[in-house]
Amino acid sequence: MIRYFAKRLGMMLVALFLIMLLTFCIMHAVPGGPFTSDRNMTEEVEAALNAKYHLDRPLPEQFYEYVTGVLRGDLGPSYKYPGKEVNEFVVNGFPVSARLGFITILFVLLAAIPMGILAAVKNGKWQDMVLMAIATIGVTIPSFVIASVLIYVFSFKLNVLPTYGLDTWKGYILPVVALGGYSISYMARLMRSSLLEVMGQDYIRTARAKGLSELKVILKHGMRNALIPVITVLGPTIANLLTGSFVIEKIFAIPGLGGYFVTSVSQRDYTTIMGVTIFYASFLMAMIFLVDIFYCLIDPRIKYE
Amino acid sequence: MEPILNIDNLKVSFMTSNGEVQAVRGVSLSVGKGEILGIVGESGSGKSVTSMSILHLLADTARIKEGSSIRFDGEELIGAPKKRMREIRGEKISMIFQDPMSSLNPLIPVGKQVAEMLLEHHKDISKDEAKKAVLELFAKVRIPEPEKRYKCCPHEFSGGMRQRVMIAMALANKPELLIADEPTTALDVTIQDQILQQLRELEKEYGTSIIFITHDLGVVAELCDRVIVMYGGLVMEEAPIDEIFEHPSHPYTMGLLNSIPDMEQDKAVRLKPIPGSPPDMTNPPAGCPFAPRCPYARKICGAELPEFTQVGEGHSSRCFLLYPDAPADDNNPFRREV
Repeated sequence: MIRYFAKRLGMMLVALFLIMLLTFCIMHAVPGGPFTSDRNMTEEVEAALNAKYHLDRPLPEQFYEYVTGVLRGDLGPSYKYPGKEVNEFVVNGFPVSARLGFITILFVLLAAIPMGILAAVKNGKWQDMVLMAIATIGVTIPSFVIASVLIYVFSFKLNVLPTYGLDTWKGYILPVVALGGYSISYMARLMRSSLLEVMGQDYIRTARAKGLSELKVILKHGMRNALIPVITVLGPTIANLLTGSFVIEKIFAIPGLGGYFVTSVSQRDYTTIMGVTIFYASFLMAMIFLVDIFYCLIDPRIKYE
Repeated sequence: MEPILNIDNLKVSFMTSNGEVQAVRGVSLSVGKGEILGIVGESGSGKSVTSMSILHLLADTARIKEGSSIRFDGEELIGAPKKRMREIRGEKISMIFQDPMSSLNPLIPVGKQVAEMLLEHHKDISKDEAKKAVLELFAKVRIPEPEKRYKCCPHEFSGGMRQRVMIAMALANKPELLIADEPTTALDVTIQDQILQQLRELEKEYGTSIIFITHDLGVVAELCDRVIVMYGGLVMEEAPIDEIFEHPSHPYTMGLLNSIPDMEQDKAVRLKPIPGSPPDMTNPPAGCPFAPRCPYARKICGAELPEFTQVGEGHSSRCFLLYPDAPADDNNPFRREV
């Protein structure tokens, strides 16, 4: 077991290295650089800036330098915000994204699981159809469209919720709904199909033959089995929500990690792109790792060799 | 023998996209107190559906038809409220299912699953008492090292051991009736034998009536007091156990007997399978459902359904060839003996 997890950890580090290498290559393959701008900059100034940040050196050398920096825990200086470190962006941006993400996860779980259960129990009846129609809309409409519609209705027309910022609790409502909309729909559908499949199993018939009430059959025998696929998607979903949806943060002007990422890409702020990517990738892998450990706890059949 | 269970004219259909599947088309049977009744038939004969109807465990698409009756201990179960059925399930009537591999919840330790049966029906016993009772049950069904096995999950058990767990579960509340739906079909022959012995012992000890459903007449011979042969959603023959082997009185029963391998049988004599396949129950035949496969079938067999003819003490069969006015020619296997 410990050996298995040690192996997994090693594989994660290899994956992380490959992600760094790929991002680095793709980033440099895109035309332009951090100091290419509309303003006319003399060639000497640009050369001096490139030299300052070692951008004039061969790419392998730059990569080596960057990786050693990361190993020391230093994500490097931002090229676009003089005097700022990428570490600062992560330290400042992540808590904002994480708080929004955490609330969204709670909202997603509290909404999606009961929705899925209700739809499965009322399989084929009107409740099921209404819920699944909502869920289908939720997975097909992009979050920025949902966000725009929400802002239009609740901020402009009804004028009850703010359009941006997280200063009051009201500020959280629209971003949470827009951010969680997809995950709720996706998970509710997953929960429904998973529970429906489980409820057709022989051991559910056994539970009914014991004289248990339908509620107990669902909660004690159905749910735990039906939750396994939901937990599988929960890991990546948590990582996704905690690190911030890039688009949603941009729309609601939330100073989270996602906002930095979008800006950094358009500005070719190499170190910020790399830093946020690495942070996101490690967080995602850590979450998947956690899910694997959690499997062990919920399903005694799973033994990692 | 006073009957504990009386099924009268049970008709069950399933509503599917291909139309109504008439799985059970008027089955009547009774089980005496302490009796072991075998129900034999091939897949699709309606034997499992009959047994599932008793505890209302049929799928949502099933419809029990008007005029059907299932009386348990004098109480009508068809149309009984859900709450009453929950009281009966596991407490008065319990079931063992065919596939022990999938009939236990894979995520819950087996001991807990058996204890649940006790705790559900007896609010006054504590968890410790339930555990103690489960350990005794495990010992009774010969699960080695009950204490250690209590905490194990189903995947750590073999098929035979899981079926023992199912038996322990089914007997936890000393039910009056045990319905065993092909409990040995998924097991090795040696394990099958041990399980049968187990059931026989438990029947003696508790006096539980048993309905034993199988497609294997050999298993019936070892265990049952009486047997019902089903085909095409109907009872074809009903007889005490010795009678069915000595005087099978339905061509289908004879066909089943001919397809049992015999240890002493000459190897040159091949087993005779029954040609053809069971009828399509979305459109059941008007006459005897076995007629298309029956070597003795006459014209009338395909057109009309025969009534039961009494052929002996507690022995009756649904076949035109047993009618007093049936022609006693060479193609009538029964007239020559009688």
